[in-house]
Amino acid sequence: MDAFAIRLENFEGPLDLLLHLIKKNEVEITDIPMAQITAQYLAIIDAMQTLNLDVAGEFLLMAATLLHIKSRMLLPKTIDEEETEEEDDPRAELVRRLLEYQKYKEAAVEIDQRPQLERDLFARTRPEPELSEESESEFVAVSLFDLVQALAEVLRQSPEPVAHEVDVERLSVTERITQVLERLHGQESLAFKELFPPLAARSEVIVTFLAMLELVKMRLVRLMQNQRFGSIWLFPAVAAEDASEIDSQEESLGYC
Amino acid sequence: MDTADLKPLVEALIFAADGPVRLERLVEVIGLETEPVAVALAELERDYAAQRRGFFLQQVAGGYQLRTRPEYADDLRRFGRGRPFKLTRPALESLAIIAYRQPVTRAEVEYLRGVDSGSVIKTLLEKQLVRILGKKDVPGKPMIYGTTRQFLELFGLTDLSALPTLREFNELLPEQTLATEGIDVESPLLVEEDAVDLSAVPGEERHDEQS
Repeated sequence: MDAFAIRLENFEGPLDLLLHLIKKNEVEITDIPMAQITAQYLAIIDAMQTLNLDVAGEFLLMAATLLHIKSRMLLPKTIDEEETEEEDDPRAELVRRLLEYQKYKEAAVEIDQRPQLERDLFARTRPEPELSEESESEFVAVSLFDLVQALAEVLRQSPEPVAHEVDVERLSVTERITQVLERLHGQESLAFKELFPPLAARSEVIVTFLAMLELVKMRLVRLMQNQRFGSIWLFPAVAAEDASEIDSQEESLGYC
Repeated sequence: MDTADLKPLVEALIFAADGPVRLERLVEVIGLETEPVAVALAELERDYAAQRRGFFLQQVAGGYQLRTRPEYADDLRRFGRGRPFKLTRPALESLAIIAYRQPVTRAEVEYLRGVDSGSVIKTLLEKQLVRILGKKDVPGKPMIYGTTRQFLELFGLTDLSALPTLREFNELLPEQTLATEGIDVESPLLVEEDAVDLSAVPGEERHDEQS
């Protein structure tokens, strides 16, 4: 499963995945064994879903296309069709798309290999507009909308709760507040994303998020971002010594 | 003014410019005929190529610009130069499709890539590598996209005809390598013909399943 997870990130889309499968199976692009390739493709989609990866609609659409082609190839031909069978290989359109996609994929590689300005070659400075905007000194307050988006992003990456899970751990917002403060201690700032370990459970994510909101409410933490839609950073808002004196009892926060 | 005097003047102008300078602009500023200025430019270009300097004169986006040699890229990056963004594979793929097929709609890019490309195109627009050329005169009036001067500058291209030749494939390439055979000359500017009708299947790729 892990091997799948790593590999899946390398595919730009269904066409890319199909190209890979056809190459891996060492079959002719002009004579794709539909049953074999479709089965492998579906197995990978399955694995993606098991891993709770967000399977993009395009992958599902392609799965449907593959099944459609496979079924069309199983159907006996009418006399009419036999006469025009040359034009009628159900796979023709797919093959054409794959070759077309490969063409641009290769072109992209070639273009990228050219010496690039500001990567391989440098000219006398004319500051890029986005570079000046991103200057780190210009931190702005995080809007509610950006915050919700950031949470949605973290939640999107966190696995759905498993239905039969029994050992529910009681998570305390208070405890988490202390943990976040500890992490911030002695640091100038902390990235919002770093608060959430990869693949943290949803309940974990929510408790951490609530803890962070409480810290903001208690004015212990300020949330800033260095540009609109930029990444969000936590800044300690008061001296760390004072932090311990703040009453963060569960009752006072309204979490029981 | 003879070429000996003209060359340092042209060099000075190109040095002081904040982007590629076109020949016409040089001619306009210097106030001479095109011919001697072009000669001075060509000589300058040769001089830079012949002498081992840290930079050279590159023809880019229809103009001329002094740029550092690629072999010093690592040192210059350590020097704090270098752009903060890297073009991702989706961005490069979309950019390639737009570059070769412009004017092209988002739907065409998405059909070719098989993936939703809205956000990638938005990023390319933000990076000013792609621009909106107008609207296509079909139902829905979709936007049509093309590449910008910044795109040419970024990749050191004089114009779109300097793009690497698109290769037509009849078979798959081994993964992660580039094939050198099967080169089909296809001008990037001529590719756009009938770009919408992508469903037409070219005959040579049809296959007889009974065989």
